[in-house]
Amino acid sequence: MIRYVGSRLLTSVVMVLLSTLVIFLIANTVPGDPALVAMGDMAASDPAQVKAFRAEYGLDLPLWEQYGLFLQRLVHGDLGISISSRRPVLDDIVDYAPATLELATIAFILSIVVGLPLGVLAAVRRDSWIDHVARAVSLIGVSAPTFWLAFIMLAIFYGQLDWAPGPGRLDPVSFPPDRITGLLLIDTALQGDWATFHDAAAHLVLPSIVLAMATLGLVTRTTRAAMLEALSQDYVRVARAKGLRRRVIVNGHALPNALLPVVTLGGLAYANLLAGAVMTETVFSWPGLGRYTFRSAVTVDFPAIMAITAIVAAVFVLVNLAVDLSYAMLDPRVTKR
Amino acid sequence: MSDVVILPAMASPRARRVRRYGLPILGAGIILAWALAATFAPWICPYDPNFVDVAQRLRPPSAANWLGTDALGRDVLTRVIYGARTSLSVGLIVVLLGGAFGTLLGAAAAYVRGWAEEALMRATDLVFCFPPIILAMAIAAALGIGAVNTAIAMLVVWWPKFARLARSLVITQRSMEYVEAAQSIGFGPGHILVRQIIPNAVGPLVVLVTLDLGNAILVFAGLSFLGLGVVPPTPEWGAMVAEGRELVQQWWVATFPGLAILTVVMGFNFMGDGFRDWLDPHARSR
Amino acid sequence: MQEAADLEAAKQGDAEPLLRVRDLRTWFLTDAGPVRAVDGVSFDLAAGETLGIVGESGSGKSVCAKTIMRLLDPPAKIVGGSIEFRGRDLAKLDEEEVRAVRGREIAMVFQDPMTSLNPVLRIAKQLVEAMTAHGRFTAAAARTRAIDLLRRMGVASAQAAVDRYPHQFSGGMRQRVMLAMGVSNEPALLIADEPTTALDVTIQAQILELLRGLNADLGTAVILISHDLGVIANVCARILVMYAGEVVEEGAPEDLLTDPRHPYTWALLHAAPRIDAEAEDRRLVTIEGQPPDPRAWPEGCRFRARCPFAIDKCAEHPDLLPIDATRASRCWVTQAGGALHEPVRPQPQARDAATAVAPQPLLEVRGLSKHFPLPRETLFAEQRVLRAVDGVDLDVMAGETVGLVGESGCGKSTLARLVTRLHEPTGGSIRFAGSDITHATQAEIRPLRRRMQMIFQDPYASLNPRMTVGEILTGPLLLHRIVDGQAAARTRVEELLGLVGLPRQSMQRFPHEFSGGQRQRISIARALALGPDFVVADEPISALDVNIQAQIINLMVDLQERLGLTYLFIAHDLAVVRHVCDRIVVLYLGKVMEIGRAADLFARPLHPYTRTLISAAPVPDPRVERTRRHVPLKGEPPSAMNPPSGCRFRTRCPVAEERCAVEMPPLLPAADGQLVACHFPGRI
Repeated sequence: MIRYVGSRLLTSVVMVLLSTLVIFLIANTVPGDPALVAMGDMAASDPAQVKAFRAEYGLDLPLWEQYGLFLQRLVHGDLGISISSRRPVLDDIVDYAPATLELATIAFILSIVVGLPLGVLAAVRRDSWIDHVARAVSLIGVSAPTFWLAFIMLAIFYGQLDWAPGPGRLDPVSFPPDRITGLLLIDTALQGDWATFHDAAAHLVLPSIVLAMATLGLVTRTTRAAMLEALSQDYVRVARAKGLRRRVIVNGHALPNALLPVVTLGGLAYANLLAGAVMTETVFSWPGLGRYTFRSAVTVDFPAIMAITAIVAAVFVLVNLAVDLSYAMLDPRVTKR
Repeated sequence: MSDVVILPAMASPRARRVRRYGLPILGAGIILAWALAATFAPWICPYDPNFVDVAQRLRPPSAANWLGTDALGRDVLTRVIYGARTSLSVGLIVVLLGGAFGTLLGAAAAYVRGWAEEALMRATDLVFCFPPIILAMAIAAALGIGAVNTAIAMLVVWWPKFARLARSLVITQRSMEYVEAAQSIGFGPGHILVRQIIPNAVGPLVVLVTLDLGNAILVFAGLSFLGLGVVPPTPEWGAMVAEGRELVQQWWVATFPGLAILTVVMGFNFMGDGFRDWLDPHARSR
Repeated sequence: MQEAADLEAAKQGDAEPLLRVRDLRTWFLTDAGPVRAVDGVSFDLAAGETLGIVGESGSGKSVCAKTIMRLLDPPAKIVGGSIEFRGRDLAKLDEEEVRAVRGREIAMVFQDPMTSLNPVLRIAKQLVEAMTAHGRFTAAAARTRAIDLLRRMGVASAQAAVDRYPHQFSGGMRQRVMLAMGVSNEPALLIADEPTTALDVTIQAQILELLRGLNADLGTAVILISHDLGVIANVCARILVMYAGEVVEEGAPEDLLTDPRHPYTWALLHAAPRIDAEAEDRRLVTIEGQPPDPRAWPEGCRFRARCPFAIDKCAEHPDLLPIDATRASRCWVTQAGGALHEPVRPQPQARDAATAVAPQPLLEVRGLSKHFPLPRETLFAEQRVLRAVDGVDLDVMAGETVGLVGESGCGKSTLARLVTRLHEPTGGSIRFAGSDITHATQAEIRPLRRRMQMIFQDPYASLNPRMTVGEILTGPLLLHRIVDGQAAARTRVEELLGLVGLPRQSMQRFPHEFSGGQRQRISIARALALGPDFVVADEPISALDVNIQAQIINLMVDLQERLGLTYLFIAHDLAVVRHVCDRIVVLYLGKVMEIGRAADLFARPLHPYTRTLISAAPVPDPRVERTRRHVPLKGEPPSAMNPPSGCRFRTRCPVAEERCAVEMPPLLPAADGQLVACHFPGRI
């Protein structure tokens, strides 16, 4: 088991390095010039200034040296200096990550806590109202653009009804808590600042629902299909022939089998949440990694792009490892090594 | 739910009919309507999509402007209809080109086996390391803004899933008894691929293409929304939502283009699910 | 009927039967109209009795069982009749009341043990919950009882086995677990729905033995459902024969199987070849046509259209009427009291073609082996191989039929694919018609494909679903330039269809429009299209109903005589092999155990494995069955990945000695033309 995880982690490191190389090559073979973009038109017209800028960020070195430098720094935990913010990329990420982490965690929990039971109920009570609700939810989840859902929710619950607060993590009048973890709910709770806690929680409601929708749709749809599949299996008929209660058959026999395809959604859910975060954060003016990523991309902020790539890929590889391990735990047929 | 039904074995006949015929036909109808509207946009639209009339800005829906006007006084209905041209064609190009490339690569890899297959699978792993929109975003940003560049960026991330599906389909088909029967008659690999394997593998690919068209349109709209899709003032749904996203009170500016995306994606979903049910007689319409 | 039932009850010394089914009707209310799967079934079952229900697929026997258990969901509906069990009508109970009966008073064992156990739950949990669900045992007591029951069912090291997962068990072991689960609450009735159909014949014998033992020891009444009269006769004291949703004959096996009084029973009995009798002619007695459509049963007697005895009165629907005290039949012809005559079998023709000429070997196989490398578990793990075929010598003479028998996993299908060169051999040599084809490329072998063809097992998988029958059959003709142009190909395809007994209109249709038997005819036509002289048939009838099996066998025998074919016939059914083959090769774990002429091999099996295989196959005649010597076979076949040392069969052999573990016995001539690989030939 430990050896298996070890070898998986080792392959993961290779995958992450390869993916940074891919991004590095793509970003270098395409025409955009980071120096020109970052410096603006005025400064870029002065060749000496451009030269100095390039030297500062190592852009004048040969490609392989640039990449080698990146790797060398990476080993030492140095992600380089962002071209656009002119701060260490690591500092930027530490600043922006908690907002996204808080939002994405809640959205993830929401999509599991709602999606799983909804899918199970829809399958067990096929063609009842709850099945129709589940179908509608999953259809909207997979069909509606996240950015549009964000707008609609904001327009209705903030613009029209005024039930929810507007964009941002906190009201402008609230004082942000001292930074401990950067997660507002935890920081305010630790400091006993319940008024700000409520404010932060209220601000999280709309964006987390919006962000959860795509994943929620996926989870509901997959759970429903997997439950229907499991309920049609012979072992369910055997369980009925044993005289088991319906609840036991559904929860004890069908559900453990139906969970298997749901677990494999992990990687997809991660990708969904990340992509959704970019959109959601844009509409809700959320100071998170999604917006930072987007800004780095449009400004061709080389060090930032590389760092984010490495992190995104690394987390993705870890998510997949977690998926495989939990699958092996749920399914005895997978040999445990 | 009555007491007699213990566990669901089959949908009710009416629900089954609706699902089997109703929704796919509805989906096809939606797509056909959008395709016609996009094709004949200049003839059916009341205005020029780029005609700016600041005096008429942010008018709510009315008899003159059924879906209202935007911040520059352009007719929202006209721009939504013109927007279908961009969305549908980019979706079609990305899925058909990416699909064809991925399918050929995957099928060929499964056929030759060995290190080529292994290399291809690792390459798809690599692309799968990134959420498509993130990778597309980086590429689109680097290439510069424009529908063509965005389509190219999407192509880079689009082919792997087709390569994987095609590979697994070819591998499944190859072990079928009718393929063995063709071999025992003496047919060569070419005939077996073209006459035996491809006709039986094409169904799942059609399903994936259909479902994926909606997906591609969604991703493209997302990139456009972020400002990476089309050059203004080209009418495009994602970009239109972006233009209206601050206008919470003038909801019509952003709502209708978004609804357009929703309907198209739903249409492709209905069609794809329908194809899947028709192809798989055992799936009793889930 | 009532009279007969009363007599039956009186005989059992019990006024009230355990189960009294009256005019039961279970229909599937589909969009295309009601499918009347069970349509007026009545029978009684006394406590402790063993009742067999036999019939072909679609006869309603399985639906009948599930109806008793109330396991059917919409669109299935009980539209009429009653199921009285211990004074209550099960058909009228609500879900909660039915639940108390299921598993507690009536238990059921299903056909496929591979899918009947929940793959993610431990055996212990699945057994324990069956007991605790009815509140008769505490969890701890149930666990102890589960271990005891597994031991009783013959599961080795039950204490450890109970904590394993289903995938760690073989099919036979899983069926033992299912039986343990079935009897765990000491039910009054155990329904077994084709419990051995998915199992090998030696395992089947073990399971049937268990079933008999449970009935004898625990007094549990048993309803055994099967398509195989031999299996039923082996266990049951009374038999119901079902056809088209109703019971057509009822009686004790001694009467029903020796003197059938319904033409359908008669047909079932004579369509299946018997392992205990040598046939004079290889053709079997078959009845025409297909079972009727359950959406519209025919007027009058439902069997009339296929009945060789039908009279005018059959236009009127007969009741199930008593013939004598213990039996009843739904037939006008035998109402008068007459028996059905023995079938007129065609006179055996002298098979001079094969015997007159000195036999020429058409296929010579020497030391043939095929090892499949298995995927490595980790990068550094040892490469494991599956020795599917491991050193086989075999000759097939021109004009003869050689049977290849063995249990699943013995390598018979792999061998078929090696001699037809669908697989590349790992070692050894194959000569076909004088040329060495061991490592011939596909292009080199193509000319020989005209002479060597194959028929596949699964009629649903062996025909390309996207091609019409015409396309399937013209393809080979055009490829090998047997005909010039489409028109000539068409003519030839019509001839081929005629040859296998299909209408020429079949050309434009797709495979899914045909039944299993018809598809197998198409598959045969495809094999014959090239005019081969050697045909490898890989289990060509194992997926078919008994009457359809007989039709296909007759077709193959006819074709052999008309076209002078040589067959390599692969099957697991010994009776069929005995019936159609000249010589038989017995395969076990990739090795040949015994080769001999069919008659000799069955009269005097020299290898213990052959002996046990023959004794495990049931005979549909209780009188014969009582006189047969049974050699029970221990355990299950070992894995071909890790075969035993020395003789492969030694781990299950009743006469094995130390020497067998050390020394692999060579295949040597033992008696007149019989070859056997055993250190102690003929010891049992």
